[in-house]
Amino acid sequence: MSSMPTTDAYKCKVTLINPLFDSNPITIQVLGICSALAVTTSLKSTLIMCAAVIAVLTFSNTTVSIIRHHIPASIRIIVQMTIIASLVIVVDQFIKAYAFEMSKTLSVFVGLIITNCIIMGRAEAFAMHNSPGLSFLDGLGHGIGYSLILIIVAAIRELLGTGRLLDYTILPSVFEGGWYYPNSMMVLAPSAFFIIGLLIWALRTWKSHQVEKDQ
Amino acid sequence: MQANVTKRKVLLTALVVSLVCSAVVTVSTIVLRPIQEVNRQHYMHLNILKVAGLYQQGVAIEKQLQQLEIRLVEHETGEFYDVEQPETYDQRKAAKDPKLSIALLPEEDIVRIKRRADYASAYLTRDDSGRINRIILPIHGSGLWSTLYGFIALQGDTETVIGIRFYEHEETPGLGGEIDSARWLKQWSGKVVFDEYWQPKIELKKGGVDHGSPDTIHQVDALSGATLTNRGVENILKFWLGDNGFGPFLDQVRSSEGRL
Repeated sequence: MSSMPTTDAYKCKVTLINPLFDSNPITIQVLGICSALAVTTSLKSTLIMCAAVIAVLTFSNTTVSIIRHHIPASIRIIVQMTIIASLVIVVDQFIKAYAFEMSKTLSVFVGLIITNCIIMGRAEAFAMHNSPGLSFLDGLGHGIGYSLILIIVAAIRELLGTGRLLDYTILPSVFEGGWYYPNSMMVLAPSAFFIIGLLIWALRTWKSHQVEKDQ
Repeated sequence: MQANVTKRKVLLTALVVSLVCSAVVTVSTIVLRPIQEVNRQHYMHLNILKVAGLYQQGVAIEKQLQQLEIRLVEHETGEFYDVEQPETYDQRKAAKDPKLSIALLPEEDIVRIKRRADYASAYLTRDDSGRINRIILPIHGSGLWSTLYGFIALQGDTETVIGIRFYEHEETPGLGGEIDSARWLKQWSGKVVFDEYWQPKIELKKGGVDHGSPDTIHQVDALSGATLTNRGVENILKFWLGDNGFGPFLDQVRSSEGRL
């Protein structure tokens, strides 16, 4: 285990904070989009999915980093895969034990965390070359960056699609005697694309250096 | 020499990583299983109430279950089999025990379950005069990927469906997995599962039910893109309502006019 000297405090901060906006895995790296489309129809399932991804990402990054000097280059991908897949199974078991109703709809997507490119991507690009402490922060940062976008997308989709948020009625829908006509497009996958697109636009207007140069 | 060392290291790393990972997975599965089992039981009870249209939100499930009469049914004779605590009976365990189950012949075993327990739980409600007016029966059988476990609720006439639900399966999400969708489940209510000779008759009709045909009452829309799941559901009903399933029991209910 490597300790983090205080002179590295800045590096730690950057590792943790950067993935939130400056190199967000979804809006900049455009990774992990499949789950962003699939689970964001309701905020509740999104929150559990995000917790699962953060858990898997931080643990896989840390574990891979701890044993990074012992992983032969020829089998490094499969070793990373094994670690990630095991973590995903453990997380899935936890969800089945503590959020059973959710697991009925989420289990499929939780299983797919194994193939979520963010997780392998961070293991390969970061954890293989950095200390466990930094890798932990990198995993946490990317997990939170991913969650931030998913939660925004899910909140918009659930609110406009059903008029509710986490079972609380915000906009009383006409089906319940209110005035709001739920926008059913919001519960379909394309709306997640539109919202993510708009988010990328907003983010690049705010941080204009993220705009790619014309070729 | 160098190559050998590397090769050994590769194998060793692979071995250690696999062992540690499988240990972690095993421990988590074993430690969490009792909690999951409680959840599963709870969810099964919820489904019993929902399939019969008895579920009330906000009331404890265990309390709501008390309105049901839980009995064991002997498939062979169709009669009740009295035991101390029928609610503790575990049909899945019994189906594995040669003393408590029978092996099905291949031609009988249309649901591909190999063995059938001798007894099954039945959940009943009665009207004020003591006649059975709801019969909730556990059913199971193979779909495409998995064994489907569910319940069918019938009215006291033993042929009109109140509802059907599957609480455990691993069918393809979006295709066969749509057996969970409220829209599909809704159309079962009021369907008739026997023909005039009291043979099971129910069809999952591809392309939708024939409106106007006299068979409409025996048909529900098939799920699209899920041929094997549809066939599974059809066979499950055919089997469990037939002679090897609850057929004899339902006969008894009818001949006693619900006073069994």
